[in-house]
Amino acid sequence: MALEASGKYTNSALRIGDVDPYAERKAGEFIGTVVSNASVNDEYKHVVLKVHPHALRAYAGQMFHLLCPSPDGAEVWMRRPMSVYRVDKANGQIEFLYKTEGRGTLGMAKLGVGDDFNIAGPLGHGFTLEPSWKNIVVLGRGVGLATLAPLSQLAAEQKVGVTAILSARHAGVVMSRDLFAGLGARVLTVLDTDNTSAVENVEKIVEGLIAEGKADAFFTCGSNRLLKLMQRLGKKHNIPGQVAMEQIMVCGIGACYVCMRTFEVDGEKVLRRVCRDGPVFNIQEAVGW
Amino acid sequence: MVDLSVKIGDITLQNPIQPASGAFSWEYNDVIDLNRLGALVAKTICREPRLGNPTPRMAETEAGIIQSIGLPGKGIEYFVDHIVPEYARFKPPLVVSVNSDNIEDFAALAEELSVPDVDVIEANISCPTRNQTGGNFAMHEDYTRDCITAIRAKTKKPLWVKLSPNAGDIVSIARAAEAAGADALAIANTFLSLKIRTDNFRPALGNKFGGLVSPALKPIVLRMVYQVAKQVKIPIIGIGGVTKAEDVVEYMLAGASAVGIGYAGFRNPTALVQIIDDLEAWCDERGIKKVTELIGAVKDADMETDTLAAASIGV
Repeated sequence: MALEASGKYTNSALRIGDVDPYAERKAGEFIGTVVSNASVNDEYKHVVLKVHPHALRAYAGQMFHLLCPSPDGAEVWMRRPMSVYRVDKANGQIEFLYKTEGRGTLGMAKLGVGDDFNIAGPLGHGFTLEPSWKNIVVLGRGVGLATLAPLSQLAAEQKVGVTAILSARHAGVVMSRDLFAGLGARVLTVLDTDNTSAVENVEKIVEGLIAEGKADAFFTCGSNRLLKLMQRLGKKHNIPGQVAMEQIMVCGIGACYVCMRTFEVDGEKVLRRVCRDGPVFNIQEAVGW
Repeated sequence: MVDLSVKIGDITLQNPIQPASGAFSWEYNDVIDLNRLGALVAKTICREPRLGNPTPRMAETEAGIIQSIGLPGKGIEYFVDHIVPEYARFKPPLVVSVNSDNIEDFAALAEELSVPDVDVIEANISCPTRNQTGGNFAMHEDYTRDCITAIRAKTKKPLWVKLSPNAGDIVSIARAAEAAGADALAIANTFLSLKIRTDNFRPALGNKFGGLVSPALKPIVLRMVYQVAKQVKIPIIGIGGVTKAEDVVEYMLAGASAVGIGYAGFRNPTALVQIIDDLEAWCDERGIKKVTELIGAVKDADMETDTLAAASIGV
């Protein structure tokens, strides 16, 4: 190929106010400023970042790859992928809801107001709503609820009715209830403490919704048991669905093939990249873990 | 303004920065302008479709990550028909990395990949998780010579050879590759590594072994580049631990004509273009007119090395 000079861009991470010299790109690297980083309960924290407007292109189910600070003096070598909890275009802010578990999220927990936080994205394929769907069922558990949360906004914008079934170990760790309720979703909480989260009970609830005509599509994240239940009910009643998956990632862009998961398509096992082919997949093709 | 262009044999690169094979795909165009890079380097391709290794494929360690991907791909036909055109949309030369576990097939693959849109064949004879008679030929000078001789007979494309840091004597292997007709050497690949989890006593990677990727590799590979540069006439691409413009300079001072970058592009998707910009600024600040002035420009003619305390080749 002929060697020609190309357009000159400075492509470093963009801060608020920077001109994006490569505006047509789908994703970028951004240095956001921490507006708040508060505990929601014993296990979860909620971080709000002010970011360059091009980071606000994210839609429900997409993720960012976060360069987490170190929690312990040793290096955190790789970014951590995290789905977007909320995009607040009016205020130029993006939010993540996270559970402090590994070294990356423990490092994130230390972010203070005014700190820089480097995020790359938005990455991957998010959730989609078909025009024919009038009512959807969102069923998630644990931190998976943070991934499903932006669906409430998407559905509200498209005038789609939502029933959200939020599953958790106990009442203190039910995530996203207010977000769903605030946008007009019907919210049902099921817990381990009173055994309402048992698969048999959830199945009864969902069958009820199907009978009411409230289940044109299923959306799930965060629970193998619930994934299997929705696959079964989806097959039985011919209801489509989408599942958000996770996997250890390195590049987040589709180049390294670290984040593979197995899927089953027409009886054949195929490997797909969670970062680029997902993180949202056809519920019937997903293989549980 | 400094002239950043470098020549690797007959191929001119607009700057000495290229991705390392396996750490890159055209999909990076979502984030950076690929037309800014010195070259594009595709993921290693094998003849048959391969799923790759079992997950997990990556684990963090104290000093970098270890990964074991296993050369997944859809096979050569799909590669030529679908992936080469994805790269051909961009201006920088396309380097196609190839691997096989037998020499005849390796040569045949190189021949089949010598299509117009491919500018360079890179023989990946150093994938660390394959054995030395089955794809990791760079562990041994005889295997290297036989493999590169066979490939050279089948392709007129520029032929770069990716060497292994896991070999005991990389200088002899570099010389064998040169003698067999290599046009350039890519030094090096990842270091064969292992991590065992103390919570469940199991290896952290699905494939047990993986290759270490880290800034920590730079001083080790830099030493290899330095030693090899003293013993071969063909250009060298230094690959290992480059995260900033000064690392590029360091590799060039040691004798490299260009560098390959892997880890830094994982950590910061915009790293490669940032390093190009920074290298340009670094040269301009010092009044360097051509980046090629840096190649082999380390000032050490007046120094001696105690050969009892260091590898005695190429000091």
